[in-house]
Amino acid sequence: MTLSDRAPQDLCLSGLSRRFGAMTALDGLDLTIRGGEFVALLGPSGCGKSTALNCIAGLLPLTGGSIHLGERRIDRLKPEERGFGMVFQSYALFPHMNVAKNVGFGLAMRGIKGEAAARRVEDALALVRLQSQAGKLPGQMSGGQQQRVAIARAIVIEPPVVLMDEPLSNLDAKLRLEMRAEIRRIHDAIGSTTIYVTHDQDEALSMADRIVVMRDGRIRQVGTPEDLYERPAHPDVADFMGFRNRLHGRAVAVDGDRAEVEICGTRLAGTLREAVSPGAPAVAAIRPEDLTLAADGLPARVASVEYRGRAFFGTAVAQDGTELFFRSDRAVAQDELLHLAAASPRVLVFPGEAA
Amino acid sequence: MTSASLPKAAPASGRDEAPPLSVRLAARGLDGTTLLVLPAFLAILGLFVYPFAYGLVLSVQPKAGAWWANYARFFADPFLSDTIAATLRLALPVTVLNLVLAVPIALRVRLMRHQRLLTTILVLPITLGTVLVAEGLLNFLGPQGWFNRVLVWLGVIGSPLKLTNNYGGVFASLLITGFPFAFLLTLSSVTGIDPALEQAAAAHGANAWQRFTRVILPLILPGLAVTFCLSFVQAFSVFPSAVLLGAPAGATRVISIAAYQAAFEDYDYSLASAIAMIMGAVQLAIVAAVLWGRSLLYTGPVGGTKG
Amino acid sequence: MIRDTGPGSRLWRMAVWAVTLLFCLNLLAMIAAVVLNSFATRWLGTWLPLGFTTRWYAASWDEFQLGDVLVVTLQVVFLVVLVSGLLGVTAAYALARRDFPGKRLVMLVFLLPLLVPPITYGIPLATVLYRAGLAGTLWGVVLANLVPSIPFVVLVMIPFIEQIDPRIEAAARVFGAGTGQLFLRVLLPLLIPGILAALLLVLVRTIAMFELTFLVAGPTSQTLVVALYYAVFAAGVRAGQSIDAMAVVYMAVTLVWLVIALRFVNPTQIVARAKQQGAS
Repeated sequence: MTLSDRAPQDLCLSGLSRRFGAMTALDGLDLTIRGGEFVALLGPSGCGKSTALNCIAGLLPLTGGSIHLGERRIDRLKPEERGFGMVFQSYALFPHMNVAKNVGFGLAMRGIKGEAAARRVEDALALVRLQSQAGKLPGQMSGGQQQRVAIARAIVIEPPVVLMDEPLSNLDAKLRLEMRAEIRRIHDAIGSTTIYVTHDQDEALSMADRIVVMRDGRIRQVGTPEDLYERPAHPDVADFMGFRNRLHGRAVAVDGDRAEVEICGTRLAGTLREAVSPGAPAVAAIRPEDLTLAADGLPARVASVEYRGRAFFGTAVAQDGTELFFRSDRAVAQDELLHLAAASPRVLVFPGEAA
Repeated sequence: MTSASLPKAAPASGRDEAPPLSVRLAARGLDGTTLLVLPAFLAILGLFVYPFAYGLVLSVQPKAGAWWANYARFFADPFLSDTIAATLRLALPVTVLNLVLAVPIALRVRLMRHQRLLTTILVLPITLGTVLVAEGLLNFLGPQGWFNRVLVWLGVIGSPLKLTNNYGGVFASLLITGFPFAFLLTLSSVTGIDPALEQAAAAHGANAWQRFTRVILPLILPGLAVTFCLSFVQAFSVFPSAVLLGAPAGATRVISIAAYQAAFEDYDYSLASAIAMIMGAVQLAIVAAVLWGRSLLYTGPVGGTKG
Repeated sequence: MIRDTGPGSRLWRMAVWAVTLLFCLNLLAMIAAVVLNSFATRWLGTWLPLGFTTRWYAASWDEFQLGDVLVVTLQVVFLVVLVSGLLGVTAAYALARRDFPGKRLVMLVFLLPLLVPPITYGIPLATVLYRAGLAGTLWGVVLANLVPSIPFVVLVMIPFIEQIDPRIEAAARVFGAGTGQLFLRVLLPLLIPGILAALLLVLVRTIAMFELTFLVAGPTSQTLVVALYYAVFAAGVRAGQSIDAMAVVYMAVTLVWLVIALRFVNPTQIVARAKQQGAS
C-alpha cells in the first residue's frame, strides 16, 4: 500500500494561531513539512502541540494563519473535507462497530464499498498484524490491539497526512517500545506524511525524521534528532533533551564558541550555544552522565546515591544550594565532599536571566 | 479581547486578520450544535415560563377591586386561607414520617445484594399514581376492607375504624405513594457512601449509634434535605386523593382543591391563578428554608477522599 | 459491612425489616383487593367474594367507553413520547457537548418543571390553553404533558451523552463523515439504549400523569387515568366492581410498560436521576 501514484505533497503551516482573550494556545507557528516526512511535535503538556494537531485536522478553528497542502489552501475546510487520517490518544474507536467496520469507516464515507473496500481493510489489518481479529468489537481487545486498529483505520484511506496524538501514552512501557518500531515501519511502508505529537523525548528521538520542540505555543527549535540531542539551541530544549543540571553563574571568558562560566568560585569550560558577553549572567547545562568526579571541579556534598548497574548516579548539593545530578564510577558515601566537572564539549552555555 | 482598543499599524500579512465571527462565537460555545437546545428551550418557555408569568399577571387583575384584591380575599376568607394550614397539617407530618422510615430502611437495603425485588415492589405505587392508590385504599381501608378485618380478627380493635373519607385516608395515601419515593431517593444517595468509612469508624471505637450520628448522618444530610424538599412539594400539592379519599369540604380541603374550584367551578381564573401563586410561594418558602440550612452542611463527595 | 450481634441491634434490625414487610404487604394487599373485586360477583362483609365472574369487564368497557379512552390514551402517549424524544434528545446533546453563556439559566429552566408540582403550574397552563382554544383538544393534552416530559428526557440523556467520548465524534468527522452520516452511523447507534430508557420512562409517566391531563382534557380527550378519576369520583352511580375492572385495565396498561422499562433501567432511576446512579 503506497502513495506512489500521487507525489507526496508538502504541508505548509504559516502563522498558525489560536488565541482567545488572554489565552494563547498557539502563537504564529511557521513550519513546512515535506511530503513523506515523519515529524514529531515535542513539548510538555500545555505547550500547544495538541492544539496544533487539532487545528491541522480541522477539529479546532484557527484564529489566524493558513494551512496549505501542496498548492491547495485547506484551513477553511471542514475536518471531513480534508481527507487526513488521525490516531487519537484515547483511540476513539467506534464502540458499536467491529474491527473491520471501524477500519472500513473512512472508505464507507468515501463511497468505496464491496470487494474493493474489503480488500483494502484486509491489507490494512495485515499491515498492523491483526488479520484474525476483524470480527471483534473494540471492547474485547487489549489496549495495544485497539491502538493497532486505530492505526489501520487511519492508513486504510491512504491519506496524504496521518496525524497521531500521543498514540502510545495509554500503553505500558514494554508495548510502547514495540509500537514505536511498528509505527515507524508502517510510516515507511505507506509513504504518507506523519505528524506525531508526544511529550516523550525518547519517542520523538527514536521515530522522527525531524523534531519540533514547542513551548508556550511557539516553536523553540526544529531539527533532526541528532541536532537536538547534541546541540540544543535553548535551555528549555536542553532541559527536554536530558540536560538536567542547570548551573547559574557568570561568563568570565568568551572566545569564539567557547566560554568559561564561573560558578561558586569554580570555573567551568563549555561550548557557547547563544551569544553571551563576558561578565553577563550565564547558564551551564550538563547531562547527569557527563558530570563526573574530577580533581578540581565544583565542590558539592553528596545528598543521595543509587547504583544503576555499572555506575552510580546521585545527587549532590553545591555551595549555593543548587542540586547537582552526577555519575560516578566508584561508590561514594552520603555527605562525602566531591569535586564534579565535565568535558567542555559536554557543557552547553546559554545566556542566563539577569539577577 | 483586551488588545482591541490599541490602534496598530495595518498588518503586513494576513496573519493578524481578525478571526471570522463564527470562530469567535464558537470559542464562546455558540455554534450550530448549541442551537439544538433552542426547540426544547422555547417549548418550556412557552408552556411553563410563559403560563407562570401569565398567571402572575392574571392574579393581580381581579374581577373587582384593587390589584391585590385576590390576595386580600384569600387571606381574609377563612374558607380559603385555612387551606394552607390544612395542607401543611397533612404534608409536613407525612413527609417527616416518610423520611424517618426511609433512612433506616435504605441503610439496611443498601447492604442487600438482591435489592431489585424490593425496589420493584416499591416503585409500583409511584408508577400507578395517586388515583389508583385512592381507589385501592377506598376498598382496602373501608369498613369491610381487609385492613379493618385483620385488626378486628386480631382483637386489636372491637369494631372497624373509619379510615376513609377523612384525614386518615389522605394521610395513608400520601404514605403509600410518598414513602417509596423518599426511600428510592434516599437509597440512591446512601449507596454512594463508601462502606470503608463505617468500618473505619468502627475500628476507631464508634458503636452503631455513634457511627450513624457522627459519620453516616452528616454525609447523607445534604441528600436528605433535597429528598425532603421533593417529598414535601409532592405532598403539599396533593389533589386527587384529597378529593377521593378525604373530606374535600372539611379536614382535607387542601389548597389545590381551592384553586381547582376557583378555576373550574367558579370560573374565576384570576383568583385561581392567585391561589396557584400562593401555593407556589409556600412551597418555595419551605424549600428555600431547607436548602438554606443545607448550604451550612458539608456537601462534598461521600465516596471517601481518594480520587 | 459490620455485623453487630448485640440483642439491641438484632431487635432494631428485625424492627426495620418488619416495617418494610408490613408496608409491602399492605401495598400488595391493596392491589390484590382491587383485582379480586373486579372479578367478584358480590363481595360484602366477607373475607373473599362469594363468586367470580368476568362480566364486569364487559360492563366497564361499555359504560366507560374504554375503547375510545384507550385510543385517546395511546395517541396522547405516542405523541408526547415522539415530541419530547425529538426535542429532549437534541437539547440534551447541545447541553452535554457545549459550554455557553447562560447555560446555567437554561438548565434551571429545564429543572423547574420537574421540581414544581403539576397542579401548581397546571392551573395557569390550563388557563392559557383555554384562552388559546386548545384546552379540551388532544393537542392541548399533549402540550400540557410535554412540560414535565421534555425536561425529563433532557436530564436523563445529559449524563448518558456525556459518557460518550467526544473524540469518537471527532474521529468520525476526520474520517469523512458529514453531519448526517455522523448522526446516523455513529451517534444514533450509541445513543439508542439511553433514548429507549428515557422514552419508556416518559411513556409510563405520561400514562399515569393525572393532574395536567385532568386540568386540560375535555370529554373527548380524556386519558385512562382521568376517566378512572371521574368513575371513582362518581362512585355509587356504577357498581364498584365495574370501576375496579377499569382500574385493573389501567394497571395492566401501566404495568406492561413498566415491566418493559425495567428491563432497561433500574427502579431507582424512575425517581432519581441516572447521574446519581453512575456515581455509586
